[in-house]
Amino acid sequence: MEGAVTRQGLEAHLQVVVTDAFRLEIQLSIPPGKTIALLGPNGAGKSTAVSALAGLRPIDGGRIELTGTVLDDPERAAFVPPEQRHIGVVFQDYLLFPNLSVLENVAFGLRSRGVARDEAVTRSETWIERLGLGGLGVRKPSQLSGGQAQRVALARALVTEPDLLLLDEPLAALDVTTRAELRRTLAEHLRTFPGPRLLITHDPTEAFLLADEIHVIEDGEITQSGTADEIRLRPRTAYVADLVGSNLFAGVADGGRVETAGHHLHVADTDAAGDVLITIRPTAVSVHLHEPDGSPRNTWPTTIELIEPLGERTRLRTGGPLPLVIEITTEATRSLDLAAGTDVWVAVKATEIGVETDRPVSQRSGSRPDAAGGRP
Amino acid sequence: MSISTPERRRVRSRPPVFLVILGILGLAIFVIPFVGLLARVPWSDLPELLTSDIVVDALRLSLLTSIAATALAAVLGVPLAWLMARVEFPGRAIVRGIVTLPLVLPPVVGGAALLFALGRRGLVGEPLYEATGLVLPFSTWGVVIASTFVAMPFLVITVEGALRNLDQRYEGAASTLGASKWTVLRRVTLPMIGPSLLAGLVLTWARAFGEFGATITFAGNLQGRTQTMPLAVFVALESDRDTAVAISLVMVVVSLVVLIALRERWWKAL
Repeated sequence: MEGAVTRQGLEAHLQVVVTDAFRLEIQLSIPPGKTIALLGPNGAGKSTAVSALAGLRPIDGGRIELTGTVLDDPERAAFVPPEQRHIGVVFQDYLLFPNLSVLENVAFGLRSRGVARDEAVTRSETWIERLGLGGLGVRKPSQLSGGQAQRVALARALVTEPDLLLLDEPLAALDVTTRAELRRTLAEHLRTFPGPRLLITHDPTEAFLLADEIHVIEDGEITQSGTADEIRLRPRTAYVADLVGSNLFAGVADGGRVETAGHHLHVADTDAAGDVLITIRPTAVSVHLHEPDGSPRNTWPTTIELIEPLGERTRLRTGGPLPLVIEITTEATRSLDLAAGTDVWVAVKATEIGVETDRPVSQRSGSRPDAAGGRP
Repeated sequence: MSISTPERRRVRSRPPVFLVILGILGLAIFVIPFVGLLARVPWSDLPELLTSDIVVDALRLSLLTSIAATALAAVLGVPLAWLMARVEFPGRAIVRGIVTLPLVLPPVVGGAALLFALGRRGLVGEPLYEATGLVLPFSTWGVVIASTFVAMPFLVITVEGALRNLDQRYEGAASTLGASKWTVLRRVTLPMIGPSLLAGLVLTWARAFGEFGATITFAGNLQGRTQTMPLAVFVALESDRDTAVAISLVMVVVSLVVLIALRERWWKAL
């Protein structure tokens, strides 16, 4: 889109009365080229936000403005219907039209907007190729695997070059192996999409890996906003703490050892190799005043940076080399006489470290998890 | 729980005897009349009987009016079904009742009601005649209207049910892709309810093809103009049994051919 407009990106203040007991009220500001994640549990109002932005549900108050155009403003009786909004949506469950082929699904948006058939087909085929779906154009959605259907949904949304990209739980319907692969595909296409992007998810890993900034949504309200690290290290509500309180690091695995940020950890999973994500639950870390001896194989000295009492539990944050969020009993905190600045040793058992493979499946020999499985 | 041996499984899979007997009797109710009809068919005279003016006229008229009634039901019934399924309006339950009424009403009563409303001195018929000179009763159009009145509920009910069961998020997805309401209807809604629409059309056509009571009451029994196959059978039974049997045979064959041809998609939708 050429021409500098007064305000770029998405500016939205959404007020939607869902039921008498539940209303959504959130503020979203997404500049072009940025990905914002709306992270929250089911029933928090995430899908309502998608419907409101896409124009499938008028807002009851507030205002939606995209690249300087007002799309919905009840006070000024302004409402642009969905077919005129030019917003690309990847829906939960994809919603591929079952009666149309993959090619027809992808070309649907272009054809609906009056693009000539030949051009629509050419442009759609380009996107089908780009998403690694070459040769699947004639298939019906029922003949695709979950991962393939997800790619078709992405191609269908991107081919029209929308002003805003909405992704509603794009990976939720996939199995674990396919999810890691598709997350990479998604990351790659999010990077190249020039407009603002909104990712709706209940999965913190997805939000951390794909978004520049995260809004946590609970009961129709945004309870915390910030980068992945800000949210992870300083959770502001109990829900956020439980949801994102886990320690999450990207690393490289090799025969039971994972290197992350220059630090080596022993893990129980000796099969994992290459890029991995490791998770350490805050309650799985023990804290000692002196170097512990015995079974834990991962120990290192560090300093306590922050102490946060949460009733019977206390949340600690340690400094380098591997900053951790730790949860121990308040009693233990007292008996160890811990305070900010105390030098301690931390220990994690190898079996307490979760390892999630996160690398393109294509590099793996022999296995084809993305092959046509024939979803009913 | 005992371990189920092959022997035990065989015992369990044998259906109860009384159900089998009653089931076979039920089937007999369908089969025996056709056997009786086939036994009475004058096979050697058949070509001559089937090419008689009465039969040819009746078959032509029946096909024409039943297809026209089905088309009229589609053009008017699909929008009605859509409104009933998608628009909240006061009295929707009453509308649904009115639409289903022709299913339970004796067709003769329907025909009489049509006559009072659309007859030359009827409530609507009189102004219509004065304005256009059009007389519906005892005309081929009268047959089409009587058949539509009796048969359209099948289409409306089937399509309305399908629209209710359709996941409306697909239509929303289409609109976010820039599709106008008309495009959504044409490329998403109608194709997605396609099997049900087809089933509704077949039921409507079959009902219109066999329509008798409302037609004879409203449109009369004029050969070549309003005398459809069922009317011709009725008349022939009084005078010429062989012709009646021949026409009946044609109707059975036509109905069977249509049902078999559409069987695949038919079963899927119902």
